[in-house]
Amino acid sequence: MSILSFDFMQRALIAAALVGILAPLIGIFLVQRRLALLGDGMGHVALTGVGLAFLLGTAPIPTAMVTACLGAFLIEFIRYRSRTAGDVALALLFYGGIAGGVMFASLAPGKASSSLNAYLFGSLSTVASGDVIALLALCVVVVALLAIFGREMFAMSLDADLAAVQGIRVRVMSTLLAVLAAVVVVVGMRVVGLLLVSAIMIVPVAAAQQVTRSFRATAAVAVVLGLFASVSGLVTSFYVEVPPGPTIVLEALALFAILAVIAVPLRRRRRREVT
Amino acid sequence: MSIVTVARACVEFDGEHVLENVDLTIEQGEFIALLGPNGSGKTTLVRAILGLQPLEHGKIALFGTPLARFRDWSRIALVPQRLPGATSIPVSVWEAVLSGSITPKGRWRPLPRSARDAAQQALESVGLWSRRHDRLDALSGGQQRRVLIARALCTEPDLLVMDEPTAGLDAQNLQALTALLADLHHRGITIIVVTHELTGINDLVTRAVVLRNDHHESVKYDGPPPVPEHFAEETHHHDDIDVHDVPPPVGLDPA
Repeated sequence: MSILSFDFMQRALIAAALVGILAPLIGIFLVQRRLALLGDGMGHVALTGVGLAFLLGTAPIPTAMVTACLGAFLIEFIRYRSRTAGDVALALLFYGGIAGGVMFASLAPGKASSSLNAYLFGSLSTVASGDVIALLALCVVVVALLAIFGREMFAMSLDADLAAVQGIRVRVMSTLLAVLAAVVVVVGMRVVGLLLVSAIMIVPVAAAQQVTRSFRATAAVAVVLGLFASVSGLVTSFYVEVPPGPTIVLEALALFAILAVIAVPLRRRRRREVT
Repeated sequence: MSIVTVARACVEFDGEHVLENVDLTIEQGEFIALLGPNGSGKTTLVRAILGLQPLEHGKIALFGTPLARFRDWSRIALVPQRLPGATSIPVSVWEAVLSGSITPKGRWRPLPRSARDAAQQALESVGLWSRRHDRLDALSGGQQRRVLIARALCTEPDLLVMDEPTAGLDAQNLQALTALLADLHHRGITIIVVTHELTGINDLVTRAVVLRNDHHESVKYDGPPPVPEHFAEETHHHDDIDVHDVPPPVGLDPA
């Protein structure tokens, strides 16, 4: 394949593969806890980090990472403190994230505000060679944390009270999950873009769960779908010359639609088996 | 040593007293029914006992250890009415049962063989081993409740707390549940059941505790069943109201 002869495409492909694998692994817990939109919020908050990086002249990935992690703590704090008004409080935080990002970027000298687009919808050429190592390191950390705490997160996502009675520190696990979601948002920021990165956490999971019978199988199928959509979406965007974020997300949505159609007879047959 | 000790416990929500001056000591082998109308604080009391609801005043101890220092959670198991997280993502019956064995202590190694064996035994004891690969939400309501009991039995608890285990069950499922509870009680497990009514479990319950949210003492009756007419009527009255709110019995169990 000729596109592999471009260094920037090699780096973009690695970044896309990483986010395609990681995002569904975190997204499955968010869907299970009915917090599918949390990733969106994290993306909005991370945008403020990107704006700040433009303004201060710091590196975008670490700055966005710090901002998104602070956002994760804040979101968990708000969710814990206000059970009823939490919804509105989160909305306020998300609006603030977008507005802050655009504001800081506009105040920054030079062409910063125009390159903000690359962070909103993803870009093929923005993954620098240093980024690849940073992204790989982040992925190793996320996978390690999932290997250690994944089961407790699963129990918490089933029912927080039950998990607490098993001695699981529910607030710690919940915060850890939010931080992991923030990390994945930043990993996906370059290729998929901050506005759409949470789609790659949620859509493969939503697609997979139509045809699976267990959590484990859902996670496995979602990772395969996520990987396929992000890599093939990236390749498509190279040839068609459109931003990769929308291409990846549309491919994931197409996979969702295909599985939805396949699932109809499957579900009917399963129902016959049960009765 | 008492299994549960509650001393002068008070709980407030936004300045409203939900529980007032509750004294309750539960000994090993008791089968307790916590009765009371909606809003009487019976769920709140159970949540407080399990450390899920902080107290305004008072003290709670589990197995002789003050709640704040209690760590031996494998001795206690809670059976909820449903698993919310199993409706948004497919969760197999087997995964749901195994989730009962997940503890912070075990995070550094894979789930041990013994936990799998215990889960298998628990699932067999509720008669649903053959359904282990099915989605939990593909089972009938009565079967799901049996899975949740199996989940609780995985860790071989000494105290079993059940939230409305008989609610919405048809006669057949109720019978299966009663037999299972009788067996667990026979094995020496202490059982607390939060419920509106004693129907079906009347013969098993060794002690009924009736709560009502008024005056300065939440506990209105504490003694062997049957509950004296005066208190029983009050809980019953609310039951009648509930009948119209509650959906029809879940699950006609074909098995």
